[in-house]
Amino acid sequence: MKPLLQIESMTKLFGGVHALEEVSLDLHSGEVVGVIGHNGAGKSTLMKIVSGALRPDHGRIRIDGETVTLDSPIRAHQLGIEMIFQDLALLDNLNATENFFLGRELTRSFLGFRWNDAQRMQTIAKEAIHNINPHFHRFRTEVGLLSGGQRQSVAIARAVHLDTRVLIMDEPTAALGPEETEMVRQLVLRLKKRALGIFLIGHDLQDILRLSDRIVAMRGGRVVGTVEAARASEDDLLGMIISGKVPAAALPGPGAVTLDQEKD
Amino acid sequence: MLKWTRERPVLWILAVMLILGAILSFLSPFFLTVPNLTNLLKQVSILGLLAAGQTLVIISRGIDLSVASILALCAVVMGGLMSQMGLPPGVALPVGIALGGLVGAINGLVIVKTGIPPFIATLGMMGIARGLALVYTQGVSFQLSSPTLIWIGEGTFLGLPIPIYIVLLVYAVLYLLLNHNSFGRNVYAIGDNEEASLLAGINVDRHKILLYTISGVCAGIAAVVLISRLSSAPPNVAQAAELQAIAAVIIGGTSFSGGIGTVESTLIGAMIMTMITNGLNILGVSSFWQQVFVGVIIILAVWLDKLKGR
Repeated sequence: MKPLLQIESMTKLFGGVHALEEVSLDLHSGEVVGVIGHNGAGKSTLMKIVSGALRPDHGRIRIDGETVTLDSPIRAHQLGIEMIFQDLALLDNLNATENFFLGRELTRSFLGFRWNDAQRMQTIAKEAIHNINPHFHRFRTEVGLLSGGQRQSVAIARAVHLDTRVLIMDEPTAALGPEETEMVRQLVLRLKKRALGIFLIGHDLQDILRLSDRIVAMRGGRVVGTVEAARASEDDLLGMIISGKVPAAALPGPGAVTLDQEKD
Repeated sequence: MLKWTRERPVLWILAVMLILGAILSFLSPFFLTVPNLTNLLKQVSILGLLAAGQTLVIISRGIDLSVASILALCAVVMGGLMSQMGLPPGVALPVGIALGGLVGAINGLVIVKTGIPPFIATLGMMGIARGLALVYTQGVSFQLSSPTLIWIGEGTFLGLPIPIYIVLLVYAVLYLLLNHNSFGRNVYAIGDNEEASLLAGINVDRHKILLYTISGVCAGIAAVVLISRLSSAPPNVAQAAELQAIAAVIIGGTSFSGGIGTVESTLIGAMIMTMITNGLNILGVSSFWQQVFVGVIIILAVWLDKLKGR
């Protein structure tokens, strides 16, 4: 089966320093791929490129085997790629409905002008957010005043719509309580069943192990290796992140292509 | 009550205005008279128009220091078109307003394309526009006499001066824009977090250019009211009026850190500024002291705003 998304030899330099060097990896539909690594390992840079927020210096992205140009977040949205940023997912001074429709407001014509269709937006946002979190009811409150879990519900509801094919979640359970973390976990599993491809970026290795199908470890802008979550332990992951040690059970494939045994 | 006014900031600022009105009418029997209130509405119009566009700019976490200079440039160009070239007001005034929009658009383009902070970009434009107004007129002011201008400057409709209708129209348009149009909602988003807005798919650059254009148009409209009231177009008019406009916006509760504010509160903020000057005039306080009072009021207003816990 052709992968939903293929990242091929992605390279990005910041002031002469390689933030990403020849990174390749792919994502199938209905698959959760965990991306782990230290801060500065390149996972955020990679995901920003996939979501259209950054342009690579070199490399290619294919969707269903077709090469695509991701030159803006808007283009990425059109292609069905949605990213939930940890800190930049929502605007604190707007309410849930306004956030849900930000940048893609529904309008209707009145006296020759386009006006926001507040009522229709409210109805649709309510349904979509309830679909994610049935207990959510504070639609008129600025999201800056909501709890972490409530905010995450709004952010996820915003990112998951009919056309979403690839979802990138940046630390989705950071700053959440146990119940809310569980809610997000259940949600990831449900989205997986809907055939979305999901990248899960995180530091909580237990969470990543539990939710992912495959796990890619990054270090110094490169992919260290890819493992099957079912056959890896937390120690395997730590070994990859910290010393670049690839466990025996590592998978071949795009993740491992760039793997050159570390010299240090 | 504090919570109640926090959810409706306009009520808070309205209460401040009414208390100030009560104090002034207690201090002087002339304050609450029809001629004085009419005068007050005329006085608030120019400041109100400058502050209207400024509100949108400040909500987006920008600032426009060039509004008073744009006003002066528009005023002399309108004046020149009428007195030197003999064009009718029906042509000269729209051209002047469009010029204001053009200068504002240049502000926006400079900010977006060069990345120069709005404070610096519009500070530069403040000098450029004022300088051009002086160059164009060689420092002298055009005398104007036109029935249209006299009607705008002196006329009334249903007992209220014409300029106040212009002000209300501009505020109504901006109110609808901010509250019922995607452009306006996105301005709040940009003011709160520009990067997040960009990632949400908002064309931030286009919004900014449009914002400064609107501010320039408001300055152009203010120029119409100004030359109508003065029956002349002096190039050195409205010096430092941009600071008063910014003060009116801040007194109205719009946050300098962006993302929060409404135009209706700004209108009341402009009323408060004007009432202070008007009241102190009636009470015979020297205009030197008035500046001191206005300064204190600005600091008090922002401090009270902080106390409300926002």
